[in-house]
Amino acid sequence: MPNDNIASGFLPGQDLALLLTALAGQGYRCIGPTVRDGALVYDSLDGVEDLPSGVHIQQSPGSYRVEFNQGKRLFDWANGPQALKPLLFAPRELLWQVERSADGQLRFTQQTPESAPTAVIGVRACDLAALELQDRHFLETEIPDNCYGVRRHQLFLVAVNCTRPAETCFCVSTGDGPSARHGYDLVLDELDDGFIVQSGSARGNEILAQLELQPVSAQQRNAAADATAQAVDMQSRQLPGRNLRDQLFANLDHPHWEEVATRCLSCGNCTSVCPTCFCYRELEQPALDRESSRHYREWDSCFTQGHSYIHGFVVRPDTRLRYRQWLTHKLGGWHDQYGRSGCVGCGRCIAWCPVGIDITKEVSAITAPPE
Amino acid sequence: MKPRVAVHKFSSCDGCQLAFLNLGEDLLTLFELVDVRHFAEAGPVDPSAEVDISFVEGSISTPDELERIRQVRNSSKYLVTIGACAVAGGLQALRNLADSGEWMAAVYASPEYIDTLGSVEPVSEYVKVDMELWGCPVNSRQLLAAIGSLLAGVVPREEHDSVCLECKRQGQACVMVAHSLPCMGPVTRSGCGALCPGVNRGCYGCYGPCEKPPTEVLAHWFTGLGQSDEQIAQRFLAFTPEAPAFYSTGRSRLTSDD
Repeated sequence: MPNDNIASGFLPGQDLALLLTALAGQGYRCIGPTVRDGALVYDSLDGVEDLPSGVHIQQSPGSYRVEFNQGKRLFDWANGPQALKPLLFAPRELLWQVERSADGQLRFTQQTPESAPTAVIGVRACDLAALELQDRHFLETEIPDNCYGVRRHQLFLVAVNCTRPAETCFCVSTGDGPSARHGYDLVLDELDDGFIVQSGSARGNEILAQLELQPVSAQQRNAAADATAQAVDMQSRQLPGRNLRDQLFANLDHPHWEEVATRCLSCGNCTSVCPTCFCYRELEQPALDRESSRHYREWDSCFTQGHSYIHGFVVRPDTRLRYRQWLTHKLGGWHDQYGRSGCVGCGRCIAWCPVGIDITKEVSAITAPPE
Repeated sequence: MKPRVAVHKFSSCDGCQLAFLNLGEDLLTLFELVDVRHFAEAGPVDPSAEVDISFVEGSISTPDELERIRQVRNSSKYLVTIGACAVAGGLQALRNLADSGEWMAAVYASPEYIDTLGSVEPVSEYVKVDMELWGCPVNSRQLLAAIGSLLAGVVPREEHDSVCLECKRQGQACVMVAHSLPCMGPVTRSGCGALCPGVNRGCYGCYGPCEKPPTEVLAHWFTGLGQSDEQIAQRFLAFTPEAPAFYSTGRSRLTSDD
C-alpha cells in the first residue's frame, strides 16, 4: 500500500537529468556507475549520458563480463567490483603527522580528509545493508572514526532497486535485497519509460520537491513489483541459514577447510571487494632526516601474514587458517559483535575470486550434517 | 661519524641504481646523512672502501664478479641486495635454462674472449646477504624506507604481501576475472604499485614471490585459462628465475612431457 507520508512520483526517463541537476543545485558532486576497464565502477558523472545505458553484466565464479546491448535501461545489471566502501573507508589515507619542533618537542597533527557533499546514484540494497554494518563498526562506537565520519555525513544516497541479480547474487537468502528498504535518501524503481522515485529522508524530500513528478499509476506500481518478484526468483544461490555461528564454530576441524586451502590463492581479493570487511593496518612513513613522520592507514586482509602477526609469532601461518578466520568471523563472530552476519549476499567474493571459490558452496559443505 | 655507504654494480642494467638517483630532494638529504664512498654511477669511486652498508645491484655471472662480491662482503658491515638480478638472478639467469656454451659459439666470432661462470646466480648463492629489496627495478620508495629504517637502527619492514592487495587498493578491477588474463599478481610480492594490472595487463611477476606463494594453484588455473606449460613456465621464470618458489613451478613445466 502506498504510504501517504512518503513522497513519491513517476519521473519520465528523459527527465532523469533533472535529478542530477537538482542534486548539483544542492551542492552535491554526483557520482555513479560507469564502465571502465571491463567493470562497472563509481566515477564522477557529467550527465546521464555517462550512465551505463544498455549494459548487462554476466557474473559467475571467477568471471565478470560487461556486455552491451540495444536496451535503454541504465541500471539493468547487479553490481560492480566495489560497493560504497572505498568512498568512506579509504583504501589508503593519512591519519596524522608528527613533527619535531626546534625545542625537541613532538607536535602531532590529526588529518581531516577533504570531503565534498557527494551524491551516489545507483546504490543497491546489498550496498545499503553493508553500509549500515560499516556505520556500526566505524561510527557507532565509543571513539567514532574521524575520516570515515567526515565523508559519511556528506553522502546522499540514490538507491535503485535491483531487477537483474547476477548468477552470483544471494541477497534474498541473507535478507538484504533485492529491494532497498531503508538507509537511502531516494530510491528508484527503473521501468521501461522512467522511474518511480520515492524519498527516504528529509534531504530526499527537498530534492524530490524540485522534480516535476507525475502520479504513479497502478500499472507502474505493478510493473515494479513484478520486476522485484522476478529478481527474487532469479537468485539460485543461498547460504544455508542467516545465523551459522554455532554450526561454523562446531566445525573448526572440518576437513573441508583444508580442501578449500588447496584451491585458494590467499590473495585477499575477497576481502578487498567485500563491502563489509573493515580490516586495516597502520604504517609509519618517516622522513629521511627523522624530523617528521606520516602515519598512514591502509586496507589489510586476514589473508596476509601481517594480519595475525603478534610479537615473534604468526597466529595463522597457512591458508586453511586464514580462510577459516575470514569465514568464521564474517558469518559467526559478527553475530556477537554486530548482532548479525557480516554477509549481505552481494556475491562479489564469488565473482571476483580469481579462482572462483564460492562462499555459498563452501559454507554449505562445512555446515552440512554428517552423512 | 656518518654511516659509510657504497653502491656496487654487478651483472645488471643499472636500472636499480637509478632508484637512488631519482630520489629528488631526498637524494640531497641522503648525501648529507651518509658518507657515500663508492657509487660509480653518481660519482664517487672507491670499490674497496670499508663501509657500513653496501647496496648491491646485479647477479654474479663471471669469475671476476665472484671474487669482487667476496671483497664487497668483507668490506661491508651490512650487505643489501637490490633488484631482481641481485636477489634472484634476473633476466640474465635465463641462460641457466639453455646451453650457454652453444649460444656463445653461435653468437660470437671469438667466444674464447668471453669468461663466464657456468650459471648466473643471485648474490646470496655466494655470500651472506643481510637484506633483500625485490623489484625489476626497485623503486625509490622502497629504498627510502629501507635506508630510513637502517639509519634509525630498526629492522626495515618487509613488504611481502601479494600484488592483489595493492591492486585492489588502487581501485583496479582484477584482470584475471574481468579479462581472463594470466596474472602473476596472486603469487607476486607487492611494492610496484600494481603497475601492469593498472594498464590492463597481467602482472609479470618481476617483484618475485610473495609470502607463501601458491604457485601451483595459480599455474593450474592458468592451464584452465588456456595457457600451455611453456607459457606458464615463461611467466614464472622470466624475471626472478632463481627464486625457489618460481623456479620449481616453472622448471617442472619445462621438463614435463607434452
